[in-house]
Amino acid sequence: MKYSSQAVAKPYFIFALILLAGEILFGLLMAIQYIYGDFLFPLIPFNVLRMVHTNLLIVLLLNGFMGATYYLIPEEAERELWNPKLAIITFWIFAAAGVATILGYLFVPYAQLTELTFNNLLPTMGREFLEQPLPTKVGIVVVVLSYLLNTIMTVLLGRRTVITTVLITGLLGLAVFFLFAFYVPDNLVMDKFFWWFTVHLWVEATWELILGAILAFVLIKTTGVDREHIDKWLYLIIAMTMVSGILGTGHHFFYMGAPEYWLWIGSISSAVEPLPFFLMILFAFTMTRERKIQHDNEIALTWAKGTAVMGFLGAGVWGFFHTLAPVNMFTHGTQLTAAHGHLSFWGAYVMIMFTIISYAMPILRGRPNGNCKKAQKVELSSFWMMNIGMMGLTLALSAAGVIQILDQRVGTELISFMESQESIEGIYMLRAAFGLLILTGLFTYFYSFFVKEDNA
Amino acid sequence: MTERITKSMAKNIYYGGGTFALLIFIALTFDTVHQIPERSNEVNMTESVIAGKKLWEDNNCVGCHTIIGEGAYYAPELMNVFQRRGASDEASFKSYMQGWMAAQPLDVPNRRKMPQFNLSNEEVDSLSDFLIWTSKVNANEWPPTIEG
Repeated sequence: MKYSSQAVAKPYFIFALILLAGEILFGLLMAIQYIYGDFLFPLIPFNVLRMVHTNLLIVLLLNGFMGATYYLIPEEAERELWNPKLAIITFWIFAAAGVATILGYLFVPYAQLTELTFNNLLPTMGREFLEQPLPTKVGIVVVVLSYLLNTIMTVLLGRRTVITTVLITGLLGLAVFFLFAFYVPDNLVMDKFFWWFTVHLWVEATWELILGAILAFVLIKTTGVDREHIDKWLYLIIAMTMVSGILGTGHHFFYMGAPEYWLWIGSISSAVEPLPFFLMILFAFTMTRERKIQHDNEIALTWAKGTAVMGFLGAGVWGFFHTLAPVNMFTHGTQLTAAHGHLSFWGAYVMIMFTIISYAMPILRGRPNGNCKKAQKVELSSFWMMNIGMMGLTLALSAAGVIQILDQRVGTELISFMESQESIEGIYMLRAAFGLLILTGLFTYFYSFFVKEDNA
Repeated sequence: MTERITKSMAKNIYYGGGTFALLIFIALTFDTVHQIPERSNEVNMTESVIAGKKLWEDNNCVGCHTIIGEGAYYAPELMNVFQRRGASDEASFKSYMQGWMAAQPLDVPNRRKMPQFNLSNEEVDSLSDFLIWTSKVNANEWPPTIEG
């Protein structure tokens, strides 16, 4: 570790991983309730399980981004973090708010939670992914602002690089677009329209900048390729992201009450959306081929390449499946959306988190050359378990989606939603099994932290 | 392919292309905001419809159901439940809703369960008004069938 303030990244990384375990566990509980409706009911109804599952994902990714930023910014800026103490304080605020929110979901009926948390003053709750009570939302704003301040100050006082510029642009976008979470019009259609400003412009625009910056950083460190070269690739990737991703928001406006022109604009722009992810694959593999150094932390580079490939599959390929308006007419609001959501979040964002943790954590633990070979081997097996699990889960959900469409939406002999869901039960069991494989993979990953070389 | 592109070219595509896309997006946003009231029949958005939307949010209905295709996929789409369960008749839909909400959770072993939300009759009517209003939104002919 070059700068001692990089150490503040460590609690962020550890907490993110703990939250990931919780997220997967709740996913598994939902997978069981999908098949056995009485499971955990009425103790934890489905909507609560889902809220915990998705909110844990959001919080863990924000934690991962913050950890990644605090780790890489000092090295990029070539100076200590502007205020490491602030970074630690915000870590605890964020962790406490996150835990309190999850406990609130689990132990207070949601309607009562809205009353207890001043939702009547400024109603923002009860919308998908933005279910957080008002104090939590305000807390997120405070934490993000202090994170932004810390990052910007460090860069202003130090060296500016393309990576830091791209990262800060992404963070600014993240902060700005979250503000739409506070705007809830009475008109449901208007509400949906602006809801996507947070949801889509986070995951398909600004977060991709953050992802690109982290990926570029890890590739510089593990391949030793010339920075100029990496910068060009980074610009090219984010250029394609911006060109396709911003107007690509239109693919959410096909069938929710927005005007017809979005059918064209959304379809055309989002047909380009796989491109930045394809460039990411070329990027990761070209840099690996042209590498100048043979870094001993091989598994970090494996995660980096994996991020590019799985991001392309999840966000690019699975996104493209249903992004053209005539297709989306039939797929809108089915398990295909869930399939795409799972693989894209995994491939693009959870895996970039593993990438940076895999690279940085050994250094933070005093192992500049990465973990020992034996530990890396265990980590590699967890890599495959989790990836195969996610791929299997995605294929299962895709099959479920296709059957759902055939049952409810195509032909003349249609059956109802509930009947269709019953007919898919076998596939849902398969999905749960893959979920179990992912959880096993994650525990294997945790175990790799404690593997030591024999008589090293 | 990428050999011919220089770093400054890539940078210009990023800033130029990004700004261009953002400007178009902002312009279309203004137009969409202008069109939504008519497409959603905002004139019919009564106090009861607004109260129904608030109930929809306060009870996190979107945590299980989809509405105009967005939400969770655990329970049926509700944009066209007015047509499906009420045969597009307001009085029969409202009485259906009163009975349905009161009967939850259904006593069918291992069927997916809807919690009992303990809403008043008036609140259930508001929820019905909200769903009736939603069913008339112009969503470019979605959903494709009555089963949603």
